[in-house]
Amino acid sequence: METISTDVVIIGAGGAGLRAAIALAETDPRVRVALISKVYPMRSHTCAAEGGAAGVIKPDDSFDMHFDDTVGGGDWLSDQDCVEYFIHEAPKELLQLEHWGCPWNREADGSVAVRPFGGMKKKRTWFAADKSGFHILHTLFQTSLQFPTIARYDEYYALDLLVDEGRCQGVTALEMRSGELRQFHAKAVIIAGGGAGRMFPFSTNGAIKTGDGMAMAYRAGAPLKDMEFVQYHPTGLPNTGSLLTEACRGEGGILVNKNGRRYLADYGMGPETPVGQPQLKTMELGPRDRVSQAYWHELQKGNTVTTQWGECVLLDMRHLGEKKINERLPLVRELADAYLGVDIVKEAVPIRPVVHYMMGGISTNTAAATPLPGLFAAGECACVSLNGANRLGSNSLVELLVFGRRAALSAIEHVQGLPAPNAAALKVGADATAKRIGELFSRSDGTESMSGLRKEMQETMEKNVGIYRTEEGLQEGVNKIHELRQRYRRVKLTDKSSVFNTDLFQALELGSMLDCAEAVTVGALARKESRGAHQRLDYVERDDKNFLRHTMVYHQGLDVPRVDYLDVVITKSPPGVRDYSGDHK
Amino acid sequence: MKERTIQLEVLRYNPDTDTEARFQRYEVVCQEEWVVLDALNKIKADIDPTLNYRWSCHMAVCGSCGMMINGEPKLSCHAFLRDYEGVIRVEPLAHFPVERDLVTAPDDFMEKLKRVKPYVIPKEKKPISEGEYKQTPAQLMKFRQYSMCINCMLCYAACPEYGLDPEFVGPAALTLAHRYNQDSRDGGRLARQEVVATHEGVWTCTFVGACSEVCPAHVDPASALQQMKITSSIDWIVEHLIPGGKSARDTVSREDAGDIS
Repeated sequence: METISTDVVIIGAGGAGLRAAIALAETDPRVRVALISKVYPMRSHTCAAEGGAAGVIKPDDSFDMHFDDTVGGGDWLSDQDCVEYFIHEAPKELLQLEHWGCPWNREADGSVAVRPFGGMKKKRTWFAADKSGFHILHTLFQTSLQFPTIARYDEYYALDLLVDEGRCQGVTALEMRSGELRQFHAKAVIIAGGGAGRMFPFSTNGAIKTGDGMAMAYRAGAPLKDMEFVQYHPTGLPNTGSLLTEACRGEGGILVNKNGRRYLADYGMGPETPVGQPQLKTMELGPRDRVSQAYWHELQKGNTVTTQWGECVLLDMRHLGEKKINERLPLVRELADAYLGVDIVKEAVPIRPVVHYMMGGISTNTAAATPLPGLFAAGECACVSLNGANRLGSNSLVELLVFGRRAALSAIEHVQGLPAPNAAALKVGADATAKRIGELFSRSDGTESMSGLRKEMQETMEKNVGIYRTEEGLQEGVNKIHELRQRYRRVKLTDKSSVFNTDLFQALELGSMLDCAEAVTVGALARKESRGAHQRLDYVERDDKNFLRHTMVYHQGLDVPRVDYLDVVITKSPPGVRDYSGDHK
Repeated sequence: MKERTIQLEVLRYNPDTDTEARFQRYEVVCQEEWVVLDALNKIKADIDPTLNYRWSCHMAVCGSCGMMINGEPKLSCHAFLRDYEGVIRVEPLAHFPVERDLVTAPDDFMEKLKRVKPYVIPKEKKPISEGEYKQTPAQLMKFRQYSMCINCMLCYAACPEYGLDPEFVGPAALTLAHRYNQDSRDGGRLARQEVVATHEGVWTCTFVGACSEVCPAHVDPASALQQMKITSSIDWIVEHLIPGGKSARDTVSREDAGDIS
């Protein structure tokens, strides 16, 4: 097995991984960087983010307001020291991207433009039309090309972390083109592998969002934090699940039920605001958890519209006019037209909530460090506790930048003075990977179909771990996912070729998703309260006495994982009431 | 939703076992509104797990799923079954070596992207603490269209010149150079000229325009290349025909003066 020796390995080359790589290269050109990704960097799912990135920049805004919006939006499960760090770094990172060429929309005077976003009290979302994530990703990728110390390993599928003397010192990875297994030896590893939305059947997430990074850290002993908090975006296309950005509502789009009623007014987000004059932090600019939950209630009341794609509500943007739609929401117009045959200039578009984002992930502190020395994480795969129980739209693109960079700085600090890895000791771990993969290929008792197991997992997650949850449903979910993990040991590989074997990659991805799904279900069952995106029909109130704390889930091999808790860091904002009723009280 | 059974003819090749590529035909029950990618996913899940192709976003933005569909370069997530009759023939993207089945090797494209220096080479460097570079909406519009490229490589598969001369830097990479040249924050045009204004650069392009026709992101690389030819010609005239002409640097500053006015 070939060994690649480097200083810092980054797993994942999306927004967070690329930002980390550039920070490493800029800060210390002597540090060798290996940037590993299972896709070419431009394919990373950061490209699909649409609406924008939040950072205080305008004179009427303040850090305190961004702090309050984020902490309240997260239903007080955010670590407030983390939020404090984040809001101060956010504008610097967005300006840095501006200096690197990101085509942010502009005001007439040439300054950057900002738009309104859900749950935000001020306009502070920087945007590049409705392709903000796409432009951030490509700006970072293109910028990274000027740094010779960044060695890219495109289409390498990372498998297992290598740990020796209690420190993470590398990873094994398959070169997808050849099927050759390689080991990377390093002094620090940064995981930036994205979320795991593909656990669910209906998701805005691309096919690559299978939680490989989360599962890899979890198997190596790092805990997953707050995994039960899964964000449903309120407005997805009902057939493909493609995202229609929150900017649709930020620009003035309204949500109506089959009777034409703007039903959000009935769920604590009213009274109605005038059509076409969106007001911050109320009605259609409420937070995502509340807006998605309102859909669920409308569905129970029979107020949804029946379409050929199932039950929907309507997102009406006709009053914005063709000019504004083309200027601000061109991608949304194209998506609705191409996949649904609806021109949003002329018709309201049917939508429904869709799994979008994991608030939980690999437990990290504000320095992007995990409890496993030498292992750092950033982006959706990490849970740095910025987003708490519900992420506000446009905080996550900035999170990639702020904590991607922070992970790099922490890694540089960590590697100072460390001896070179002990190659013989790490080989033990690498051999275990080789054995695991070899066993998949040689398995003669493979009886379980990969796509069959995947389907059962997705159906279980949708049925039992959706927008509203119950003890009974969650227990069924825990049991079923646990059973699927046992059956996964007999998963059958049909394709035995070494060259670009997507049957193999999908089987490995399924293993990652099952690990993540178990952490989600177990965490959700144990949290007997309703907070943010975790809503229980049997425990409808938030319970700060027992659950103002983070869920920490530890991998226990094939057994049910162990659940523990960690206190939330509260510095200045005691838990309060989330009020989205606007200014008309 | 209405169902429709389609015949998909897919080019298969595995360098481990095959001496040459062959077509394999699949019959797939599809929804009328599906795209070709949905049909491939159905084959992969229910009929033949050994079929290989790339995909991710299913919304025409990640650029992974380019392939030839009935001979035309297309994103398979944006190729609607409603636009096809009869057997649909699916092949790997033209002009790139095949790794396996519909998976091609983009190494040449990746190398060319890097070669055009696709990043801001600042005209005037300033620290972050001094805030943003001002850029008016009009200045943004000069390059925004050219920043929309998703690197799907359909334009390379469509370009007859790239098919004949693999040294050609090609539509997407040259357009990206133009995107930065046109950005009011950038002063790197001269540094890019050594790649752009050469035979392998814009002068290989014969303005067939196929690149712009197949571009799923409406980038219009053909127009970018024509604009670059004009600026390169002006450089040459200034340098060689005007007494005291001082090469491209003057042209750059004149353009910028025009932007601001």
